Order: sequence, then C-alpha cells, then structure tokens
Amino acid sequence: MSEPVLAVHELHRKFGDHVAIEKLSFQIQRGEVLGLLGANGAGKTTAMGSILGMIKPTSGSIRVFGMDPYHDRIKVLRRLNSSSAYSDLPANLLVWQNLYVFAKIYRVQNSKQKIADLLEMFEIAHLRNRVTGHLSAGENTRLHLCKALINDPELLLLDEPTASLDPEIADKVRKIVRRVQREKNIGILYTSHNMLDIEEVCDRVLFMHRGRVVADGTTQEIIAKFDQKNMEDVFIRIVRDGNIEDAPAKETAAV
Amino acid sequence: MSLHVVYAFLLRYLFLYTRNWIRIIELIFWPLMELLVWGSLTVFLNGKAGGQVPQFVTYLIGGVIFWDILFRAQQGVAISFLEDVWTKNLNNIFVAPVRPLEYLTAGILFGILRTTVAVSVLIVLAAMNFNFNVFTMKWALVPYFGSLLLFGWTLGMLSSALILRFGQAAEALAWAIPFLIQPAACVFYPLNSLPEWGQMIGRCLPCTYIFEGMRATLDHQPFNWGQLGMSLALNLVWMAAAAGIYAWVLESGRRRGLLTRVTSH
Repeated sequence: MSEPVLAVHELHRKFGDHVAIEKLSFQIQRGEVLGLLGANGAGKTTAMGSILGMIKPTSGSIRVFGMDPYHDRIKVLRRLNSSSAYSDLPANLLVWQNLYVFAKIYRVQNSKQKIADLLEMFEIAHLRNRVTGHLSAGENTRLHLCKALINDPELLLLDEPTASLDPEIADKVRKIVRRVQREKNIGILYTSHNMLDIEEVCDRVLFMHRGRVVADGTTQEIIAKFDQKNMEDVFIRIVRDGNIEDAPAKETAAV
Repeated sequence: MSLHVVYAFLLRYLFLYTRNWIRIIELIFWPLMELLVWGSLTVFLNGKAGGQVPQFVTYLIGGVIFWDILFRAQQGVAISFLEDVWTKNLNNIFVAPVRPLEYLTAGILFGILRTTVAVSVLIVLAAMNFNFNVFTMKWALVPYFGSLLLFGWTLGMLSSALILRFGQAAEALAWAIPFLIQPAACVFYPLNSLPEWGQMIGRCLPCTYIFEGMRATLDHQPFNWGQLGMSLALNLVWMAAAAGIYAWVLESGRRRGLLTRVTSH
C-alpha cells in the first residue's frame, strides 16, 4: 500500500481541563473518502483544525504527505485544500475575482482556463460575473468547492459542505464531489451531520463522541454493529446514550 | 517570501476598491474634513491676531497632513486584516499557503497606495485653499514621511495582533490605537506643552520627533539629524516588538486553539 495522504496517530488535544480529542488515530489513502461523524462538540472541528495546522496537538502526531502540518505548513498547504460551511469568500468581489485571487495564491498555471473549467463542472459558469454576496446558499457552496479544487489538491478537507442546502442541491454537490474524487483520485476527509451525505459519499466512517472514536468502518458495518436500521439511528443512539461510547470504542478504535 | 502571494492580495485589494466607489470616497473624505476644519480655524485665528501668527497656520496644516500619513499607514495594515475578519475569509487565508509576512507585506504596500492617494489630495487642497506648500520642507519630507509610515505599519501590526488575540471585540481598538497616542505624539503642539509625564510618554514615540522636526523645518531651522536618528531607532524597537507580539499571538493562537474561533466568527 502506498503512503497515506493523511496519517493521524494517537492525536490528543486538551483545552484547559477539557479533552477535545482523545487518542484519535486514522489514515486516509489516495482516492479514499473518510467521513468524520459526530454531534456538535464531538471533536471534528478540532481534528480538522489540527490537520490544517491551525491547532497544535497536545500530543500525538499528524502526517500529511509524510510531513508535519504544523512545522511544514506551507509545503503541506500547497498540496491540500479545504472548504468549510463556516467560512465565506469576500462577498463584495465577483465570483471570478475570488477564484482568481486564490488561483494566484496557489500559483495555478493557466488560471483563467482552470477557473472556467471548475465553474463549468459545478454548473455555475453563468455566475462568473455575479457578485459573490448575491449568490444563493447552493451557488455559494459550489463556489467554495471550486476554490477548494483550484490547486488540484491531493487531500481535500470538506467541513459540512451540504449544510443549509436544499435536498436537490445537496444531491448535486454529493454527486460532483464523488465524481471529482474518482476522476482525480483525491483523498477526502468529509464531516457532515447529514447521514445521507455519509452513506452516499464516504468509503469509511469514523464516529466521534466526546473526543473519542466510538465506531469505525463502512456504514454497513457500523449499522450492523449498533443493530440499527440506518446511520441516522446510529447517530441518535450514540449521541443520546452516554454509556455506549465505552464498549464499542475499545473494539472499534481506528487504525 | 513568495511574491505571487503578495501580488494575489494586492490584486484582491484592487478588485475591492475598483468595485466600490464608496471606499475611494472614504479614502479622502475624513482627511479632507479634518483639513477643512483645522485649516479654516487657523485662518480665523490668524485673522484675529492680525497676521502675527503665520507659523500657527503651517504647524496645524502640516500636522494634519503628517498625521494622516501615520493614520493611513496604520489603517492600511489593520483594515486589510479586518476586511478578512468581517467577510469571514480569514479561515480561507489561514489554511492557504500564505505566510504572515506575505499577508502583512501586501497590507503595507496597499497602505502606501492608500496613503499616497489621500496625502496627495491633502497636499493639493492645502496649497490651493490655505497657501500651505508642504514642499518647502524639500528633501526633509522623505525621512519624515518614511518614519511616519514605519510607525503606522507598526501600530497596524499591533492592532491586528489584538484582533487576532481577542477577536472582533478588539475591533474598536484597531480604530482607536492611533488616537490613543495622538495627545503624546505632539501632532499640533510642541513637546514642552505637555506635562512632565506626558513628555516622557511622548519621548518614547518615534513620531513625536518627526512632528517636532516638521515644526522646526517649517521655522527654517537646520535639519535635526539627532531627532531623525532617535525616531528611526525608536521605530526599529517598536517594529521589532510589534513583529514579536504578532508572531507570538499567532503561535499562541495555534497552541491554544484560538485561531479557529477568531476565523470562524
């Protein structure tokens, strides 16, 4: 097996007395989509922030393309990209202007053609000259995904990309993400509260609860393990039942 | 440092300003108002004194122009940073291959452009309306302007560090910091007008020596190299301290996990 694009080992992060992440370990191979699931406060955002070099781990290690994202920040960030439902692009710039600025930051060759291709792929080419602040939520999400793919990343971190989208647009986004991942063989770390996202897009899922991994496997394996009908029921059971984390956690602790 | 990244941010500022005429108006509106108020006041006082205090006019108008250089330089760095906080774009920047130095350099370069526009307008209007010719100071303008720019960027870095550390709650400080130092900086009056403790504070500010030097130059006194040297030395100290604080806040933000909070809210 080739070197993973992302390898997290025994990651631990404390904020004062609060343990945000406890012994989180997993790997993502090139071309694999790993879903990171959990309720608010489960530790997903802290894990994402640590991988992106924005949060220093208390202990443990993170290797992105074999490098430490905290110390080799620039080298790592040139080869990955991310999109979060909780950040925006400057609302007063035009769509193409926002993408052009990021294309220059990432030193994209033939940036105008690249922007045109991405806008076409996400079916928003007609919005090229639209003010970003005037886009709908669905259009805005697709613009963020264009930005996230502008540098042909080898690893993509998507933080709730379908949050606040209507089902039709969310479906479109899922299909595009899956298609791009297959065509370009990108490793993707995907967080979402939308179980349909997870079932459709992810090859494997890590379920986090209160900073710990309580389940790891394919969606079918997890559904079977918790003896539920679907991922939504698993989610509810894990979040509501405080005791469930201990037993499965030992059995299912990730790689 | 990557020039590509600096260019990308300069391009973004250019897009922002060329898309919004209100920003361009804002660039010259406040300094213009200040010039009109102070200029008119000094003309009035000069008239009352029967033309016996002509230097008074030049001190005040010169002070307005010089102060605007410092203020615009500070704003160039601080407001560029705030723009990204306001638009929730800071997260995208922190997770892009951008070094803090590249980001700051772009803010500084764009600040120079903003300052040039605003100060050029002031210089022309001061000459036309109040018969004030800043170029009577000749080559002395170069080190004076340079020193004020340096201190403005330093204050801009400190403002950005405060916002990075305390979040948007510290936004008001980004606007207030120049005005907090203004009384001790002796923009419109000589250092010995201040009480003793105020003079001590004033002597610690690089810009105080420039405002003192400006008044001396306008009085046709010989150029005071000692004052300029003191100003530049203090600038180096202040700038090193500000860069250290900025880097510390950034590192501490990563260590304590504060960056994600500032960038996402």
